[in-house]
Amino acid sequence: MLLSFLAVTAIAIVSLRDLFAVVMLFGIYSLLSASIFLVLDAVDVSFTEAAVGAGISTVLMLGTLALTARTEKKPAHLAWLPLLVVAITGAALIYGTLDMPRWGDANAPINQHVVPRYILGSLPETSVPNIVTAVLASYRGYDTLGEVTVIFTAGIGVMLLLGNGNSNRRRKKGGRKR
Amino acid sequence: MKHHLVLRVVSKLLIPFILLFALYVQFHGDYGPGGGFQAGVIFGAGFILYALIFGLETARKVARPAVIRVLVAVGVLIYGGVGVVSLLLGGRYLDYSLLAHVPAHGQHLGIALIEFGVGTTVAAVMITIFFAYAGRGRR
Repeated sequence: MLLSFLAVTAIAIVSLRDLFAVVMLFGIYSLLSASIFLVLDAVDVSFTEAAVGAGISTVLMLGTLALTARTEKKPAHLAWLPLLVVAITGAALIYGTLDMPRWGDANAPINQHVVPRYILGSLPETSVPNIVTAVLASYRGYDTLGEVTVIFTAGIGVMLLLGNGNSNRRRKKGGRKR
Repeated sequence: MKHHLVLRVVSKLLIPFILLFALYVQFHGDYGPGGGFQAGVIFGAGFILYALIFGLETARKVARPAVIRVLVAVGVLIYGGVGVVSLLLGGRYLDYSLLAHVPAHGQHLGIALIEFGVGTTVAAVMITIFFAYAGRGRR
């Protein structure tokens, strides 16, 4: 049900030329993805998707639209080659899912490798009840440090490219607000 | 949007709760869903909503770009600093067990500290990026 909503939203995004509507649909798409993660019991991922995908990125996309144009140009010709590549990749990905273990199977590799160790060990070892937090912050602390550095770099990059939005240099003229 | 009375009143009511919810997500992340990243995004979103409704100049007075710029780095430094402290205490980098007498408590403390670092950087970066985008548009 949610997946079919997702597909409808994706088709609408591809077919629309009005980028404002596309950005709004992207927000809906993210919210639907968040609902799917929630149904799959991945609460933390769902939370992130709802906050980042549906919240912040929508605002940033609107900000980008305000800087650029609101409508997409009509393509000069139909892009058959990209369509072919996308179709083949999609088919290959679906083929790849065919021999996946059943969802929630206790004998699946994903539930066998380090997961029992985390489930049994995280509470006595870290005294943090949320296993996701324990894994992210303690067992995989280096990875999270890397992620924070990526965000830090992104912030620095935007500052360097767009300036810090310093109003001292550019005085307002006819305050433009959404 | 200065003349939208309903939007202004409602957002004025909502923003404190958004920020409070962000803090809850930040400090309750050890027990429930959430953590530094989500909290930072929500905290940043509160400021972005404020900037959207009350204008960029007002928001810049609340969240001074110079302060935010420093906070971007402070979060990463907190994270890295916890690692350095655990090195100085004789452990491995980012091994929080030595931060308290009981290893599990040290782990808990370390996780809370680095989550705080994550939240600080994420919130500051979100606000910075939004200010940069919105500041460009008004030329």
